[in-house]
Amino acid sequence: MRNLILKRLLLLLPIIWGVVTIVFVITHIIPGDPIDLILGETARQSDREELRKAMGLDKPMHQQYFTYMKQLIQGDFGESIYRKQKVLNLIIKKAKASFELAFSSIIVAILIAFPLGIASARSPGSWLDIISSFIAVIGGSVPVFWLGPILIICFSIGTGWFPVSGRSGISSIILPALTLGASLSAVLMRMIRSSFLEILPQEFLATAKAKGLSERRIIFIHAFRNACLPIITILSLQLGSLLTGTIITETVFAWPGVGRLIIQSISARDYQLVQGCVIFIATIYIITNLLADILYGLLDPRIRIEENV
Amino acid sequence: MFKKINFNIGFVIILVLLLATFFASFISSSDPYQIELSKGLAKPEWGHPFGFDKLGRDILSRTLEGAKISLFIGFSVVIISVIIGTFVGTLAGYLGGLPDEIIMRITDIFLAFPGILLAIGLMSVLKPSVFNIIIALSAFGWVGYARLVRSQILSLKERDFVVAAVAQGATHKRIFKNHLLTNIVSSLIIEASFGVAGNILAEAGLSFLGLGIQAPYASWGSMIAEGRNFLLVAPHLTLYPGLLIAFTVMGLNLMGDGIRDFLDPNQ
Repeated sequence: MRNLILKRLLLLLPIIWGVVTIVFVITHIIPGDPIDLILGETARQSDREELRKAMGLDKPMHQQYFTYMKQLIQGDFGESIYRKQKVLNLIIKKAKASFELAFSSIIVAILIAFPLGIASARSPGSWLDIISSFIAVIGGSVPVFWLGPILIICFSIGTGWFPVSGRSGISSIILPALTLGASLSAVLMRMIRSSFLEILPQEFLATAKAKGLSERRIIFIHAFRNACLPIITILSLQLGSLLTGTIITETVFAWPGVGRLIIQSISARDYQLVQGCVIFIATIYIITNLLADILYGLLDPRIRIEENV
Repeated sequence: MFKKINFNIGFVIILVLLLATFFASFISSSDPYQIELSKGLAKPEWGHPFGFDKLGRDILSRTLEGAKISLFIGFSVVIISVIIGTFVGTLAGYLGGLPDEIIMRITDIFLAFPGILLAIGLMSVLKPSVFNIIIALSAFGWVGYARLVRSQILSLKERDFVVAAVAQGATHKRIFKNHLLTNIVSSLIIEASFGVAGNILAEAGLSFLGLGIQAPYASWGSMIAEGRNFLLVAPHLTLYPGLLIAFTVMGLNLMGDGIRDFLDPNQ
């Protein structure tokens, strides 16, 4: 197991280096002067030169790249031009709200997908199965940035049950989590259904039944662990949509997370902050994928053995 | 049987949408860019079933105009991504060894950007335009196709008919065209059918965030973003473009499911 973790950790470093390099290339090589974008084309020449020097853009490209890499290794993401604060500090301040939202939406997705997915698999072709499939198709088609406003109309403006926006207590997270969790639950439900459909007719479950185990124990202990692997795969594959969904959901509900920060920093043309946020989100994605890989190993001994060979 | 019904429903949805965008001027005689301030935020009425936006423009004609842009972007990105992905994937799978290693590590890096994050990063430095959105979405769209093509080529090149073609002295071009491409085309069609839906959602997402299509041009995403400010007084601004996105994506996904079942029954 230790070998598996070490191997994955070593593979992580070149990928993070690649991510940083692509982000650097996007913001430095693409035609157009960032100074123009920040100050506007009509700014005074002296102001332009001063900002160029302050941002280190007067140096040759390779030098800028090495300086940037060196700073990043030291944990320095630079300083936000607009907010006059360290980029990393700004991101860390906002990250808690984003994690809260992402975690809650996963919980929402699990709460919707597991009961419906398992129930559908237990009675394929039934009305419940057809309705669940229909919900999954709808859930996978409705965009987050539309579902959010619709939920606001129904449950905030219409009934006043939940706040329209912001982050103030547990009631404020319900609608954003539901918005973000809906599409995830659709994919998850399909996966749980097909996974359980494959597991349920297997002999070891018939043996468990013959031994007199309760239906609940058979489903939640014996079938669940075996059906888990593809479900974790789909969850880790969906993390990408979840993280970008976070950016949109945070914008819809004015949720003060990293996603909203990135959009605000784009509007303010605060490129240092944009770079920092993109690298941060990509790194979180890479690390969660690594954790999913490790979890496979823990759940399925065959993977551990294969990796050790 | 159930899956065939799914495909038919998806096909009908997309056909109706295509016909509606093609004959948009017959469905709604209003100009999607015609401003009529006296009609600002007016509710649906006879001849204008979707109502009016804040500048008094007809929402039906704007959603149909948005459909043209969304479908154009969705299909263009898929076509560009398939071409790049097929080229890169073939190169990696066919050559193997070091080129394969290098290309795969590059795709690993692109895959480390979740969803449309790279497109968001790119659009933050590019000027918003249809062309730049296509560039931004294609910049990471090709990766999935490259991986798919590579894996198919890796298995195909060991097959007897390819080995026989090599032994006969066939050129690389001939092997690719006659033996490899014909065998990967069905997988590409399956992947591409889902790709169009994904790109339509991505374009709408970018436009919603203010990084895609800009005013006065109509885009489903920017129409929803604009409507968000008037949720209380004019929910129809948000409702109709969103419904159209949902139906389009649903139609494309159902068609994709059907195409997959038809071309690759094993899945």
